[in-house]
Amino acid sequence: MNKVLLIIQREYLTRVKKRSFIIMTILGPLLMAAIVVVPMFLATRNNELKTVAVIDETGIFFEKFKDSDDLKFHYLVSDLASAKAGFTKSGDHALLYIPKPSVSLPSNAILYASGNVNINVKSYIRNVMSKQVEELKLEAKLNDLQPDKANPIAVDDILRSIKTNIDITTLKIGENGKEEKSYTEISMVLGMFAGILIYFFIFMFGSQVMRGVIEEKTSRIVEVIISSVKPFQLMMGKIIGVGLVGLTQFLLWVVLTFVIITAVTTTMTRNSAGKQSVSEQFIKQNPAISQQAQALAVEPKGQSDNGVNEVMEALNTVNFPVMIGSFLFFFLFGYLMYGSLFAAIGGAVDSEADTQQFMLPVTMPLILAIVISQYIIQDPGGPVAFWFSIFPLTSPVVMMIRIPFGVPTLEVALSMVLLLLGFIGTTWMAAKIYRTGILMYGKKVNYKELWKWIRYK
Amino acid sequence: MDLFIARNVSKQFANHKALDDVSISVPEGTIFGLLGPNGAGKTTLIRIINQIIAPDEGELIFEGRNLQPNDIARIGYLPEERGLYKKMTVGEQSLYLAQLKGLSKAEAKKKLNYWFEKFEIKGWWNKKVEELSKGMQQKVQFLVTIIHEPKLLIFDEPFSGFDPINANMLKEEIISLKQKGATIIFSTHNMSSVEELCDHIALINRSKVILNGLVREIKKTFKTNTFEVSYNSFDGALEPLLPSTFSVLSESHDADHRHARIRLPKESTPNDLLKAMIPHATIYSFTELIPDMNDIFIQAVTSQNAQTLTTPLR
Repeated sequence: MNKVLLIIQREYLTRVKKRSFIIMTILGPLLMAAIVVVPMFLATRNNELKTVAVIDETGIFFEKFKDSDDLKFHYLVSDLASAKAGFTKSGDHALLYIPKPSVSLPSNAILYASGNVNINVKSYIRNVMSKQVEELKLEAKLNDLQPDKANPIAVDDILRSIKTNIDITTLKIGENGKEEKSYTEISMVLGMFAGILIYFFIFMFGSQVMRGVIEEKTSRIVEVIISSVKPFQLMMGKIIGVGLVGLTQFLLWVVLTFVIITAVTTTMTRNSAGKQSVSEQFIKQNPAISQQAQALAVEPKGQSDNGVNEVMEALNTVNFPVMIGSFLFFFLFGYLMYGSLFAAIGGAVDSEADTQQFMLPVTMPLILAIVISQYIIQDPGGPVAFWFSIFPLTSPVVMMIRIPFGVPTLEVALSMVLLLLGFIGTTWMAAKIYRTGILMYGKKVNYKELWKWIRYK
Repeated sequence: MDLFIARNVSKQFANHKALDDVSISVPEGTIFGLLGPNGAGKTTLIRIINQIIAPDEGELIFEGRNLQPNDIARIGYLPEERGLYKKMTVGEQSLYLAQLKGLSKAEAKKKLNYWFEKFEIKGWWNKKVEELSKGMQQKVQFLVTIIHEPKLLIFDEPFSGFDPINANMLKEEIISLKQKGATIIFSTHNMSSVEELCDHIALINRSKVILNGLVREIKKTFKTNTFEVSYNSFDGALEPLLPSTFSVLSESHDADHRHARIRLPKESTPNDLLKAMIPHATIYSFTELIPDMNDIFIQAVTSQNAQTLTTPLR
């Protein structure tokens, strides 16, 4: 065990000290930050006039949406069906439909659009709606209140009880007026992102494992080492060591990207007027209770509606424990499984040029998983999604794409068990190929040969 | 006492038998030569001793008991296919390999310091391996093989890549390791180094041990009772003067002397030859022709190969 730690340590330190690692660590976040910041920057610069048609069945929000330079609202009196039918011809950017709730105040709305809805528009609507609803709730609360000395108003409770989260569903209207679900929802983006992340991680660091094995083979050090440790220990030490390098890089990327984006957006953010939160107003209007409220004012809400806030808000709707937990599991075992396959390839060949014939079948399932991801998103509960998300070689990517849509626990568990079995199976097989391959020099290896190696005692 | 014994070891690879019922015993404190043509199975046997691969059948005894996985800490192995991590510094690398053999970091450092000083390579510590010449790398490689002071050392073609001066230094180092009590298994094609270094040998050919024992005993069995004589003051053929059972293998002459190689029958002694020659010639030198390892090697291998040609393979 001690020796495996030594191997892990060597694999880790030699890689982290490399110049290429340091360069990648700095360049990665710059690139990622650019991907996030540039569109955001462009979006705020986009002055094209957009109009939003509003069907407000509640009547609460009449005249509440304020026109600005690049955004105008107009209220429709027609019913939803005809509005939808005429939507494509109207030239509106979006159609906002606020249904009348059966009880109490509205808490959701539907935004129809032909393309993707501008994230600023959606955010503005959400802000206005929640502010309006909160105000109404507060009014109701204040009417009920009979403050007296013995019964001081519990400001916390009031503020908490009026806090409103408006759920805006975005639906796409096609040419023929048919509805499709829009894919801009943050949870879907997150699932896709997690899947792609696993894909890249496996590819990048799996092939690093493979190169490391080839290096040991061509430099002829491997026999020296396996006279001290078991081939399996060397293989696992390398896979884990490289995996830790990947995690380190990944962590540094996240931290650095976050730092860069925060730095850029804070300089970009302008203080928009009229965005004072309800709670602040409430405190102003009721100086009697302001003392108690002051503690609460520390966290003001409803700041300027830039993209980051929108994202942050949306992130709250994701089930993070499930998401992170399953991500870690699929990430870890997906990498370990593929890592051992890559190690086996490295062991079987003499040089990187020979890897091609074995790379294809190993990388095929991964690539397939990414290719069908578009289809999975359209039908996340369908049979294709199901089978690909329980098959171990594709499940790390496909299951991560499916999870934000909600997957039955049993299916997730089945997928996890199969992945675990897949990991054990491939590692067992890879170890057999590896331990024979690393001692073979100058021999062109084919699949028949590999099969023989697997059957050696 | 035998430090290491392999008993009836067999190993089958998919369609070829690498070792067939191989038995060797390596006495403690000796140098044991493992000889054989390419592809005979030497490397397979060495890898089995190092527990890199497992035998299909047979027993491996180390220090009187079955070979254990953690015995590898007491075995040092210099493989024929050897190398080092090119991008790592010599120091880091030596430390790493020494630790893999079970030394603690402090111990490894202390011992490496001693050996680096002894080999006069202190200045290499922070150099990357790729900056060293092939010969320098071999030195480092040798050093990390013996750093943990193993009981059993296995050198596979240790002299390849060394210039004559360094090869000599290595030879001396191997002898001094033996004097310090190490047992050495030594595989090579260089027969002159076998004669110089080895006490015992085993010759493997076609997966089988065909010759096994003390070098001087083996040589004795390969002696053919042949003598070389330098003589003078005699012209004409030698053969008619000798008893008919004696055969003259070759005759030649240079400016000063005539030379002849004569094989005697088993029952005759060198004195019989002398007696037959003295009346006719002045004798300047008289030596027994002892076969060298090279001859023995070739003779043993070719005769076995001829045998297997007549007896069909199973």
